[in-house]
Amino acid sequence: MSDDELIWRIAGGSGDGIDSTSQNFAKALMRSGLDVFTHRHYPSRIRGGHTYVEIRAADHEVQSRGDGYNFLLALGDSFARNPSEDAYYGNEELKPLSENLDDLREGGVIVYDEGLISEEDVEELNLEERAEENGWHVYPMDLRGLAKEHGREVMRNTAGVGVTAALLDMDLEHIEDLMSDAMGGDVLESNLEILHEAYEIVEEEYEFEHDLRAPEGSHETEQALLSGSNAIAYGAIDAGCRFISGYPMTPWTDVFTILSQNFPDMGGVSEQVEDEIAAAALAVGASHAGVKAMSGSSGGGFALMSEPLGLAEMTETPLVLVEAMRAGPSTGMPTKPEQGDLEHVLYTSQGDSQRVVFAPGTIEEAYEQTRLAFDIAWDYQIPVILIYDQKLSGENKNVDVEFFDREPSPDLGSTLTEEELREAAHDNSGKFKRFDYENAEDGVAPRSLPGQQNGRYLATGNEHSPVGHISEDPDNRVYQMDRRLEKLESIREELDEERESTQTYFGDEEADYGIITWGSSQGAVEEAVGRLNEQGHSVKGIGVSDMMPFPEAEMTEFLESVDEAIVVEMNATAQFRGLVQKELGRFGEKMTSLLKYNGNPFEPAEIVEGFEVNIADEDREPTAQVRIEPAAGD
Amino acid sequence: MSAFNAIGDERETDRDEYTPGVEPQPTWCPGCGDFSVLKSLKQALPEVGRNPEEVLTVTGIGCSGKLNSYLDTYGFHTIHGRALPVARAAKLANPDLEVIAAGGDGDGYGIGGNHFIHSARENHDITYIVFNNEIFGLTKGQTSPTSPKGHKSKTQPSGSAKTPIRPLSQSLTAGASYVARTAAVNPNQAKEIIAEAIEHDGFAHVDFLTQCPTWNKDARQYVPYVDVQDSDDYDFDVTDREEAAEMMRETENVLNEGTVLTGRYYVDEDRPSYTEEKRAVGEMPDEPLAERYFDDDAEWERSYDLLDRHK
Ligand SMILES: Cc1ncc(C[n+]2csc(CCOP(=O)(O)OP(=O)(O)O)c2C)c(N)n1
Ligand code: SF4
Ligand SMILES: [Mg+2]
Repeated sequence: MSDDELIWRIAGGSGDGIDSTSQNFAKALMRSGLDVFTHRHYPSRIRGGHTYVEIRAADHEVQSRGDGYNFLLALGDSFARNPSEDAYYGNEELKPLSENLDDLREGGVIVYDEGLISEEDVEELNLEERAEENGWHVYPMDLRGLAKEHGREVMRNTAGVGVTAALLDMDLEHIEDLMSDAMGGDVLESNLEILHEAYEIVEEEYEFEHDLRAPEGSHETEQALLSGSNAIAYGAIDAGCRFISGYPMTPWTDVFTILSQNFPDMGGVSEQVEDEIAAAALAVGASHAGVKAMSGSSGGGFALMSEPLGLAEMTETPLVLVEAMRAGPSTGMPTKPEQGDLEHVLYTSQGDSQRVVFAPGTIEEAYEQTRLAFDIAWDYQIPVILIYDQKLSGENKNVDVEFFDREPSPDLGSTLTEEELREAAHDNSGKFKRFDYENAEDGVAPRSLPGQQNGRYLATGNEHSPVGHISEDPDNRVYQMDRRLEKLESIREELDEERESTQTYFGDEEADYGIITWGSSQGAVEEAVGRLNEQGHSVKGIGVSDMMPFPEAEMTEFLESVDEAIVVEMNATAQFRGLVQKELGRFGEKMTSLLKYNGNPFEPAEIVEGFEVNIADEDREPTAQVRIEPAAGD
Repeated sequence: MSAFNAIGDERETDRDEYTPGVEPQPTWCPGCGDFSVLKSLKQALPEVGRNPEEVLTVTGIGCSGKLNSYLDTYGFHTIHGRALPVARAAKLANPDLEVIAAGGDGDGYGIGGNHFIHSARENHDITYIVFNNEIFGLTKGQTSPTSPKGHKSKTQPSGSAKTPIRPLSQSLTAGASYVARTAAVNPNQAKEIIAEAIEHDGFAHVDFLTQCPTWNKDARQYVPYVDVQDSDDYDFDVTDREEAAEMMRETENVLNEGTVLTGRYYVDEDRPSYTEEKRAVGEMPDEPLAERYFDDDAEWERSYDLLDRHK
């Protein structure tokens, strides 16, 4: 736990504008030269309900939320129910302060809004006593009053930012610039006034007792702050995707929204439709007719896509689907992250799965793997699913702007032109042999598009002959099935031999112990591996992205090279460990699971502790809400 | 230069071109009404000047879903109930295609009912033919959403307790801009109606009464039928929503009493199609999206140019 970093938590009612305030503050920190990473805690209610956003900022790269935090800005909850009674929900107005104290580090700073949080309430919290015990420094200020005086009450977030900047000794320049970009007129003027007033009051009237200051850093290149959802949407745009169909569901809605807002200016089409069955079926229809199309959903909606997904496999229609996991089963915890849909995504739909599944671990990987998904889907005519979660969807991180400076790839892969179709194989009646197993390469039989001359064929979810006629001929069945499955082997080969690995490795290659994870838990694992090595342990880590086809060679090599490994994932049934054992058929005795499914992502410290308890055999129970699933035979 | 040169190719075609030369021979039972739908399409398509490769026939699952196995156009035999969403998207992707969707009464009014309502509501420029045999044919004779009340089947051995749905009224209420009913026993009218439906710009719904002699033996063969346009007993304005609604209600009421009314019920030439509506709000390009992928000069927008908002 380093103190050269700032972890600022802004807490209030959801609907209080915390998102935009924190987004801008994160940008200001980024512009000042720091690397930033944001973590959003969501309640399910639209307005009210306590929520917070954490911004971690340091002079070095940050890939994860930190352990706890060191600066609290508690705004009070203006949408609180039963504000003064201790009703069923407790005193909600106080929650932004009361609910956040447990994670505040020693020596941390607290700013709270005296205008919303009453003195008596604070007394009841025993704040003074607790502050003394923990070395916290408490700075109350009437943010609401200040905002009202110079503008409107809702501007109290700005007052909070002003206080924060003053206490952290930050320059106001970037904050002012960002405000000027976002607003104008009287609103801007009032906000600027409030910002300065708050800053000055702190400078003039408050005695600083804390050591925490904003870190200093610099970037060599220009940075952009984006979320995992942005990265997926942008990857799709750059891959030439111009059709999206969907039905809203948290957290998939973000990707859907971003593309729906951008497509009109790009000649693309977005369709919000009646349900997820339709959503997936539309994407299949658009792709069939020649457009790079995608759809997606979260667990429950993805369940409805199961049958169209199978149709895409059988008709070999290129398709990209995204699945933004949230805690299940059923409606589960709609706004909480979990990695519980892996098996759902790998195996849903009838028959033998014929799909590709990637699980990006970071924002950069989300972009890269979205593009990869489109490449593979259109080259091999196969559905590719990107599986991610609430965590990756909503967290923001700074990325080098130049990272995005690349050529778009709208290529339709193995699709023929009319010229090529003239030369292609047809049956006696002139029907195109679209599923021609005799001339297929790597299992791929190129396709035509409706409206092309000499390309007509039948696409069908039934087993079919080379021109697409329904066929139950046993030989044809085996040829077609083998050919379709061969595509998966070819894809594995391409991933192994022609492309940079999508797996991410960290730590010392020669290490004795391994930590394995997949998808969005990667950042926390990376940080934990770093800390364990600093503490003198010999550990390396791998963040796996290829779920199907499984990276057999890489995983075998990794597991062979270590004595023991922990598999870290956010679910209760060790789904990824199960996949490893199924695919490799061994190593069961080497892998212990560290599982978390309480609705919050892993913090690095929990992984460090999991390692200490399990591998270093320290004789204690983990303190965090995690579960250990012993290795087979243990 | 188009990448889809079958589209708009004005050459003459005839019904033979729509008949697959090699396999497969239809597997429909002798006397099945489905043959009539196939026949009327084979007649109507050349008549309205389409060639097989500019037509995409999208079907659901059922005996009816086999239509595009025997109609030699581009075809997509999808899954049960989902022909419409696939068809709609193909039309959005390449609006110059002639898109025809088809399926059974179970397929379209039961499992796919939600898509039916929304496709009509949105007025997609496609033709939708429902093979209405008042039964689940392919799965061997279970009660369907259009089976009459009291209809006995293996799954409703004491007779169905449900009143059948009213497909014409539902279609009108949902927003279809062309609604007609025809019958397998009425080939001339069927051909004309199918041709009109194809030519119509908007969602054209044809409820096509097709007898199933194998599983619905008790059902009438829909004879005698009455064409509401030809009969002196009926006089209503097909462009008037209220009058159309009234006529549809009457038609649906008397069907199960043995009177088979057919004809055009509602025609609205003024309602813009979904493509036009979407273009009007600026959410759909003027040129077919599918063409762009073949245009070497196309400039593809990049996310790199969107980054200002993130800095
Ligand atoms: C999701 C799903 N449920 C059930 C079936 C089985 N099934 C196939 S066709 C059919 C009903 C067919 O009736 P209809 O749509 O009226 O078509 P018809 O055979 O009468 O032309 C059913 C239930 C299926 N294929 N898929
Ligand atoms: S079962 Fe009925 S609907 Fe199906 S082919 Fe035979 S007659 Fe036609
Ligand atoms: Mg039927």
